[in-house]
Amino acid sequence: MSLVLIIALVLVVLVGTGLGLVVSRRRGRSGLLEPPSPAPVRPAPAPVIAPDAEAGPEPEPAQALEPEPEAAPEPEPQPEPEPEPRVVERPRFRDRLSKARNALSGYMGAIGGRSRIDAETWDELEEALILADVGMAATQDLLEHLRSQVKAQGLGTGEELLGALKAELTSRLGDFDRELHFSEAEGPTVWLFVGVNGVGKTTTIGKLGAREVAAGHRVIMAAGDTFRAAAAEQLGMWAERSGAELVRGNEGGDPSAVIFDGVAAAAARGADLVLGDTAGRLHTKTNLMEELRKVRRVADQGAGTVTEVLLVLDATTGQNGLVQAQQFTDAVELTGVVLTKLDGSAKGGIVIAIHEQLGIPVKAVGLGEGIDDLVPFDPAEFVDALFS
Amino acid sequence: MFEALSDRFEGVLGRLRGKGRLTEADVDDAMREIRLALLEADVNFTVVKNFIARVRERALGEELSKALNPGQQVIKIVNEELTRTLGGETIRIAYSAKPPTVVLMAGLQGSGKTTNSAKLARWFKSQGRHPLLVGADLQRPAAVEQLRTLGRQLEVPVFSEATDPVAVAAAGLAEARRTGRDVVIVDTAGRLAIDAELMDEVRRISEAVDPNYTFLVIDAMTGQDAVTTAEAFHQTLELDGVILTKLDGDARGGAALSVKEVVGRPIAFASTGEKLDEFDLFHPDRLAGRILGMGDMLTLIEKAEQVFEKEETEAAAARLLEGQFTFEDFLDQMQQLKKMGPLSGVLGMMPGVPKEVRNAQIDDREIARVEAIIRSMTPAERRDPDLIDQSRRVRIARGSGSDPTRVAELIKQFKEMSKMMKRMGGMGSKKLAKSRRKAGKSKGKGPGGRTTGGGRVAPSTKAPLRLPNLDPRAPGAGRGLPDLGLPDLGLPGPGGVGPGRG
Ligand SMILES: Nc1nc2c(ncn2[C@@H]2O[C@H](COP(=O)(O)OP(=O)(O)OP(=O)(O)O)[C@@H](O)[C@H]2O)c(=O)[nH]1
Ligand SMILES: Nc1nc2c(ncn2[C@@H]2O[C@H](COP(=O)(O)OP(=O)(O)OP(=O)(O)O)[C@@H](O)[C@H]2O)c(=O)[nH]1
Ligand SMILES: [Mg+2]
Ligand SMILES: [Mg+2]
Repeated sequence: MSLVLIIALVLVVLVGTGLGLVVSRRRGRSGLLEPPSPAPVRPAPAPVIAPDAEAGPEPEPAQALEPEPEAAPEPEPQPEPEPEPRVVERPRFRDRLSKARNALSGYMGAIGGRSRIDAETWDELEEALILADVGMAATQDLLEHLRSQVKAQGLGTGEELLGALKAELTSRLGDFDRELHFSEAEGPTVWLFVGVNGVGKTTTIGKLGAREVAAGHRVIMAAGDTFRAAAAEQLGMWAERSGAELVRGNEGGDPSAVIFDGVAAAAARGADLVLGDTAGRLHTKTNLMEELRKVRRVADQGAGTVTEVLLVLDATTGQNGLVQAQQFTDAVELTGVVLTKLDGSAKGGIVIAIHEQLGIPVKAVGLGEGIDDLVPFDPAEFVDALFS
Repeated sequence: MFEALSDRFEGVLGRLRGKGRLTEADVDDAMREIRLALLEADVNFTVVKNFIARVRERALGEELSKALNPGQQVIKIVNEELTRTLGGETIRIAYSAKPPTVVLMAGLQGSGKTTNSAKLARWFKSQGRHPLLVGADLQRPAAVEQLRTLGRQLEVPVFSEATDPVAVAAAGLAEARRTGRDVVIVDTAGRLAIDAELMDEVRRISEAVDPNYTFLVIDAMTGQDAVTTAEAFHQTLELDGVILTKLDGDARGGAALSVKEVVGRPIAFASTGEKLDEFDLFHPDRLAGRILGMGDMLTLIEKAEQVFEKEETEAAAARLLEGQFTFEDFLDQMQQLKKMGPLSGVLGMMPGVPKEVRNAQIDDREIARVEAIIRSMTPAERRDPDLIDQSRRVRIARGSGSDPTRVAELIKQFKEMSKMMKRMGGMGSKKLAKSRRKAGKSKGKGPGGRTTGGGRVAPSTKAPLRLPNLDPRAPGAGRGLPDLGLPDLGLPGPGGVGPGRG
């Protein structure tokens, strides 16, 4: 397209929208400055304040995320986590469930108790799905599907409807490989952690590192975030807590060099797993995404093999989560998602669209800030936590 | 799926257009679309409900403007109501008569409290104050070290000690008094709204320092949960304002509207990057446009407003579509356009620009070259390029430091452009309306992959200028360029979700 044509087009657009708008905008501005009434809203039933007391002592063994090829067949019991600044409870999906039950009972209780499926039932269902961040498109699609099921199977009660919804959601979350894989080849396995700022990448590495160390692996954490203040110190503290080793570079240095060094150090010291931290970056920043591509490439170039590239996603994220997953997978081919902060009141419903549209499975879930607060993802439990 | 509101509106607007009044049914149709758009932008379900009710009432009650068609008027109302809700009173930092002025930062994990404590410190410094940063996050690994690093970068002192958060906050205040710092910013650990223990801790911190300002720091990417969070923090701490972070991404930022509705206090600052200078007072009108999917339209308009002579430019555009556009006009308009900054930047801000145009590699040196060639033409040549024969080409080339083939090429391109514009302009408005409606139905599939089709409207002074569907698959799943009514609220097209850079 010629420059001449571009300029001409720009001109026409500007005249059409821009200059035209000036007029109406000026006009529009005059009458709008009366302050809004801060009518507070109450969209959801009061948040449940429930630090699940009964959860802590439960002796459920932490499920190993990965059956390892060479280590002991029995997952070893985890070492005493070193004392945390506050008591770390061990939330599980089930505990979340009880919270969700309370939080959603306004909707789900009402729907489940209905003896007929009427317009109000559908409205409430829509509301509950949207409030769980499932998203407009997926919600409409689900409702449509359920409508046809109601007809085809003659579902009559709210309870049957909820049952159908859960079944459908669980099947949409589908049969995915949710394991974290080790490399078959010689040399260390590399797992990379990517995502936007502040989602929990570094913390997840700390938790996973502890688990893999406990499972008998020798783990190196590579501080590929050379940008954020004290990022390497933060990872260093996690390495110490979890019994992993830290490899770090210079502040402001090349992240791919740090990852490369981490892999080289692992090979030299006989460590079999490298957990590569990266700086948080918004998927819209092309230069930073380019940097990440390079990290991914370089991580594979030395003695190691990248088997997992995990997008860390904050459960409070709304519809932007899908865009994030799309952009990150375009750049570095994600193998899975770690959904963090599901211990809060947010439901993380956007991962349904991520499964469906991108085929990227959630592999682990963060349920707190403590070293033990990471569990494997379970579709049925996740769905239960959304709608119980 | 992330269609801009204006896209969604195309269908509804088509029906509204031309009618003299907004009927209740019209408004309800439009409200359905607005509701969808707001929910897609992550505005909380209940907030959307209330908001729609307000807009609906206004839309029905308001007198119809002559300048806008009904659909445009609805968008105008939505935009105004959104701006009004997001805005309202702006925050004015009043410094405590008995220094120091104390600011408390609170929010969920990872929302940006520590970074924005530092950003605020920088801002206070720029206001001639002497801030002290207090690191009361003793929980997250290396949180204090992070704050100290940022403090060093800013040359702002940082206080912390390994006691407990409430004690640190109190001691920080004492330290400020002792060392004569007049602003204290207390960074706290991230906490969940449903974590009773930690919510109680932050309440105790607040009691210990009795802050003049308590800010909730919240991530612009937050979904429906923003309301729960804002409610809980507001209940516990009585917020004075909100700091909205990570606005440099492409999230639509509907959470801001939710929080504003719940808290009723101003969104004071906007954080637009990881660097400490990427921080500014909050502009409600920009965010309103963004939530509606109207991109950087407002910024663009502001610039255009400063630069262009409205009448002159309109006349030039009209000549363009009538096939009367000359190199002289082109040169004039190019001068104006240059004042808006690099062309690629302008294109980036323009919603509804087809992909071919947006992605065109634009070299501003190329613009200079074109300009030089045109300047070497005589006025007669500029009006009638057919005069330019081989020997004139050589002369022009020499005068502009170019070569004759380039001169020939430019003239050829100019003629092609004129032809294309005239074709667009010449299309009858009836035919056009029809083809647009059709295009609207075949959502996204577009009018058969044409690059120039779609049609444009004759620029008679009354009729609106219209642009063609250049690329129906343009970012944002749009259907080409927007309907560009002249005294028009814009209805900017698809794809304009991008945030302003920096
Ligand atoms: N409640 C809760 N908090 C979490 C969870 N995972 C991480 N966090 C907290 O979230 C905050 C950010 O975590 P980080 O690990 O620093 O996040 P990051 O993605 O590495 O951040 P950047 O490197 O700055 O982009 C910290 O306060 C963590 O303690 C979780 O599962 N639940
Ligand atoms: N892109 C972008 N990143 C931001 C912005 N504000 C903060 N960040 C980044 O977000 C991440 C988290 O910021 P922090 O300041 O550590 O967040 P926090 O709320 O103190 O986190 P915790 O103390 O762990 O709860 C860091 O990587 C910051 O650099 C912003 O406006 N834009
Ligand atoms: Mg990190
Ligand atoms: Mg912090």
